[in-house]
Amino acid sequence: MSTLENTVYSRNKIHPQKFALLVSCASVVMLFAALTSAYVVRQAAGNWLEFPMPVLFLYSTLTLIVSSLTLHFSYKGFLAGNVKSYKYLLLLTFALGVLFIYLQYKGWMALVSMGVELGTNPSGSFLYVLSGLHAAHILGGLAAVFVAILHAFILPYEVSAKRKLRFEMTQIYWHFVDILWIYLIVFLWLQQQS
Amino acid sequence: MANVLTAAPHSEEDVLIEQMGYDDHFHEHHDGDKFQSNFITTYIFSQDHKMIAKQFLITGMFWGVIGGLMSLVFRLQLGFPEESMAWLKPVLGKWIEINAETGMGALSPDFYYALVTMHGTILVFFVLTAGLSGTFSNLLIPLQLGARDMASPLLNMMSYWFFFLAGVIMFISLFLNTGPFSGGWTAYPPLSALPQASTGSGAGMTLWLISLVFFVVSVLLGGINYITTVLNLRTKGMNMWRMPLTIWAFFVTAILGLLSFPVLASAFFLVMCDRGLGTSFFLNEIFIGGQALDHVGGSPVLYQHLFWFLGHPEVYIIILPAMGIVSEVLAVHSRKPVFGYKAMVFSILAIGFLSFIVWAHHMFMSGVNPFISNFFVVFTLIIAVPSAVKVFNWIATLFGGNIRFTAASLFGIGFVSMFISGGLTGIFLGNSAIDIQMHDTYFVVAHFHIVMGVAAFFGMFAGVYHWFPKMYGRFMNETLGKLHFWGTMVGAYLIFWPMHYIGMAGVPRRYYRFDTFQSFSQFDDMNKFITIAAIVTFGFQLILIINFFYSIWYGKKVTEKNPWGATTLEWTTEVDPGHGNWAGKLPVVHRWAYDYAKDGQDFISQITPLKEGEIETH
Repeated sequence: MSTLENTVYSRNKIHPQKFALLVSCASVVMLFAALTSAYVVRQAAGNWLEFPMPVLFLYSTLTLIVSSLTLHFSYKGFLAGNVKSYKYLLLLTFALGVLFIYLQYKGWMALVSMGVELGTNPSGSFLYVLSGLHAAHILGGLAAVFVAILHAFILPYEVSAKRKLRFEMTQIYWHFVDILWIYLIVFLWLQQQS
Repeated sequence: MANVLTAAPHSEEDVLIEQMGYDDHFHEHHDGDKFQSNFITTYIFSQDHKMIAKQFLITGMFWGVIGGLMSLVFRLQLGFPEESMAWLKPVLGKWIEINAETGMGALSPDFYYALVTMHGTILVFFVLTAGLSGTFSNLLIPLQLGARDMASPLLNMMSYWFFFLAGVIMFISLFLNTGPFSGGWTAYPPLSALPQASTGSGAGMTLWLISLVFFVVSVLLGGINYITTVLNLRTKGMNMWRMPLTIWAFFVTAILGLLSFPVLASAFFLVMCDRGLGTSFFLNEIFIGGQALDHVGGSPVLYQHLFWFLGHPEVYIIILPAMGIVSEVLAVHSRKPVFGYKAMVFSILAIGFLSFIVWAHHMFMSGVNPFISNFFVVFTLIIAVPSAVKVFNWIATLFGGNIRFTAASLFGIGFVSMFISGGLTGIFLGNSAIDIQMHDTYFVVAHFHIVMGVAAFFGMFAGVYHWFPKMYGRFMNETLGKLHFWGTMVGAYLIFWPMHYIGMAGVPRRYYRFDTFQSFSQFDDMNKFITIAAIVTFGFQLILIINFFYSIWYGKKVTEKNPWGATTLEWTTEVDPGHGNWAGKLPVVHRWAYDYAKDGQDFISQITPLKEGEIETH
């Protein structure tokens, strides 16, 4: 840590750790870009089972969007000195994240009851793989939000450069996995229409 | 300021850093260096980029020896299929099958395929990716940019240990009862996706996949760090156009790795699902032993697309660092500025970009639509343009130079030779029509071994000989280095040149033996010759290893900071730089990295300010 802080020059517009996070987001984008393009190629090859998307995935999408908003306003509260909204909106974000995972799980169960299991047809397998890998990234985001909660409730309140950076990075990642899911759900919806 | 470690200035450069350097208050914060306080933090879980570079290099050398020895075993089988291999039984155990009647020992065909697979995997990933780019990106990015360390030393350390873990798992797979994975380093399904497909497809493939997933994590952690460091932690005055070509090469390499390795990870993830969870991404209506499997509807070609989307950038991940190292080494040792610096940079960028849109040239014979092949042929051949620009510029850099024929510069020149020879055959293979005859023959083996195997090794050797004084404060033995060079240069051509002829005649690669093919028996002597050449060339590599380890402890000591007379920043540090690299202030950069033979001076360091009226070269 100390090496880093000492080598950061004032002329840097963006903190190296934040930049590193953005770069790693780029690699996650490539992971999902590969899978969704594989989806397109595989779908075009035929033998593709069509099934309606469980409506639960719509609810989970809305949950995730709301969680991004709560995190955003928690950050606003953190900056403005509104400690209460900072702390409790953070807790709410975490709860919404857990709810999202739960809704995804219910969505998978709905698929199973429809007869679309993991191995039934590549169309279903892709849905499980895409949403499953995304859920794994959400778990990482939940860990980050959990650390932010620990900071909020254990450390004394202060708006230092270090705390701000940590919070910003949590926020960037959470919004990133949120947008990633929106991309996936829109992609899946569009592919089902085609 | 009492505890600031300020070395007494004793050279012109020291005075410059002292007077004009950038004070980042680094040493004031270091009360007792927690980074190098005991044996474990100094040598094992080190967060210092220089130590991590050495760890990558030595681990890479270990794997280089293992992978090289494997190739000798299967070369013995190819060259001397009639000779008994019983003498290898103490090492290879049950993989040498003894004929009860004649007492002849033969290499098990299963293990032959496992050896070929492991040789490829180890050399491509562990030696030429981690050992080459891991070593030199770590060593040079902070030193040549004037940074105290990487952006995140912790992630950097983890990058090495994930690589180490990948190696341990792969090593364990060598000792499995069913043997390591044997379906080729590309791990095409169905051999990779069906555990019952071959002996190595079971536990061997499982360990192979786990190992490579760890390896992908290692590459990503390293790449994130390299990119962030290059963009964020350059010292004052070090703008992008003043960066040495080494840094440009490592930078683009890291971007390629960061964008292509996740795609490989996604392919591996789908393979894992096919293996364990009953999905059919890559499997379609397969019968094993007359029994139909459950899998329907998958596409093995889809795996090939995903794999080669990594696979092709991967060969540039291997060759670009070597190109960067060679550009630097050739400029320093010919005492001339690199010819066409900006053209070199744009060539690196162009190669990096094109590497993402040529992957299907590995799949011309996989049933890809021939009209789509046309697209990939065109872009593949366009890569010849930036490559030719680079070759021209290296030769122009050497031309008329005051060349010092050190081991480092010899390997640099050897690299250019290898890159030309191997590159030209690439133009043959890039044509989808010619590829119908050439694909999967020894012509392909010869092509990629010369252009990305031997050439990348030459770049690595040039780097090792050139920066060894920076790594260990001692020189490697020059005589042994030159002996190593000539043995390797001649040996590599003797191994791979004949393979072109064998390949043009249509001899397929990866075959265990050819005695059922009458028309190939004419190449028996050539195969013997190649095997002998391979053994002798491998022997020459032992010279490097002895020289390397002997020189660490007993080599000639480096007495001056800048033994090669180079302009770049790594030579302005102490001979053996501690953590933080510069004892006092950080150097400030005033000019590009290649001011050799300018204004009657042999070289002008990057930290020397421009003189009145002097125009900066680019």
